[in-house]
Amino acid sequence: MFDDRSPIYLQIAEQIKNDIVTGALGADEQVMSTNQYAAFYRINPATAAKGFAQLVDEGVLYKKRGIGMFVSPKARELLRTGRQASFFAEVVDPMIREAEAIGVPLKDVVEHIHSRESGGGAR
Amino acid sequence: MSGLGVRTEQLTVRFGDVPAVDSLDLRLAPGKIHGLLGRNGSGKSTLAATLAGFRAPTGGRVLIEGDEIGSREPYEDAVVTSRVCLIRESGDLVDSAPVRHVLGLASSLRPYWNAELAGELLDKFEVPVRQRVQKLSRGKKSALGVVLGIASRAPLTIFDESYLGMDVPSRNLFYDALLADYAEFPRTIVLSTHLVSEVSSLLEEVVILDRGRLVTQAPVDSLRGRGASIVGPATLVDELTADLIVLAEQRLGGTKSTTVLGDLDDTLLAKARAAGLEVGPVGLQELFVHLTGAKEGAR
Repeated sequence: MFDDRSPIYLQIAEQIKNDIVTGALGADEQVMSTNQYAAFYRINPATAAKGFAQLVDEGVLYKKRGIGMFVSPKARELLRTGRQASFFAEVVDPMIREAEAIGVPLKDVVEHIHSRESGGGAR
Repeated sequence: MSGLGVRTEQLTVRFGDVPAVDSLDLRLAPGKIHGLLGRNGSGKSTLAATLAGFRAPTGGRVLIEGDEIGSREPYEDAVVTSRVCLIRESGDLVDSAPVRHVLGLASSLRPYWNAELAGELLDKFEVPVRQRVQKLSRGKKSALGVVLGIASRAPLTIFDESYLGMDVPSRNLFYDALLADYAEFPRTIVLSTHLVSEVSSLLEEVVILDRGRLVTQAPVDSLRGRGASIVGPATLVDELTADLIVLAEQRLGGTKSTTVLGDLDDTLLAKARAAGLEVGPVGLQELFVHLTGAKEGAR
């Protein structure tokens, strides 16, 4: 679930962001408490709290005193914009490199994308 | 009750001529879960026994500190020893007594003992309360030990490899029970172990010992991703790692893999990538192995 190669609090923050981007966690939805989270994933409560604090700092979560933490209404928009900025560099460029390395013409790739678009199902 | 802090000053414990703990200066912050990591024979158990007052220092001193008790040396001081609970793998239990007598003894010695919690946990671990301790299997004896450790709710609780005799499901039960009770009643916990990868996510701080000396003490998350491995043509790797702390090196033909300690700065990373070198993270377990390796010149 968590690996030992990067700080766990960052991995927690990434996991929650991912749930927000995919819509698994909706706007104004309450997230688990740090103690629930710590118990569920078997991690130190201070580590969980640090991950949550980072998300509050970034404006992804907000606190309601005495009640808990919730997903900011703008969180999804914020995160999607951030990921869109790196989409071409992190997703498309490596795909192009792979296609070139194994000899798939880019023209075929483009056609494949077009067929998906006209085939429906795409947003 | 919020947990006791620990301070050692030039602590030395010798067995004959051999120092098991050697001029150790250490501080453990109260209220956190600390990992005490080291290989076999690194001095973990001796340190644990000294913190709990089971053993007197040969040199230097240990202080246990808290609002309620001030700052005191644990050896032969009942005020401290009733608040410090050390659970060792051997269990230190009266073998001929039934389990329920062991519980009775704990409740008379431990000021924060919670009998209800002890009962619940013994149920979960399926430890028969009427049985004599000597009739319990190794796993059940270990389970009884950790139940005593958790239910004592001692402001400083030390588990010294106490769970080695337990199988994986029981160990997971122990980790869950410990975290749940710690979340409710925060206190200082020390987990002494060499099973780094299994317990690392439970910890907030780690202390790494090697041959009785302190190798490093740090928040566990800061050690994650602190090492890096650099792989590529030997000359390029050597050039790039010349000024870094090298933990380990490995060669296969003209290819070299070097493990270094510390965060790589961005310019160095960019240089490595431009040169076509592979840069990868190093896991905590691996870092631990390198930091406490027996090989000469590995630092």
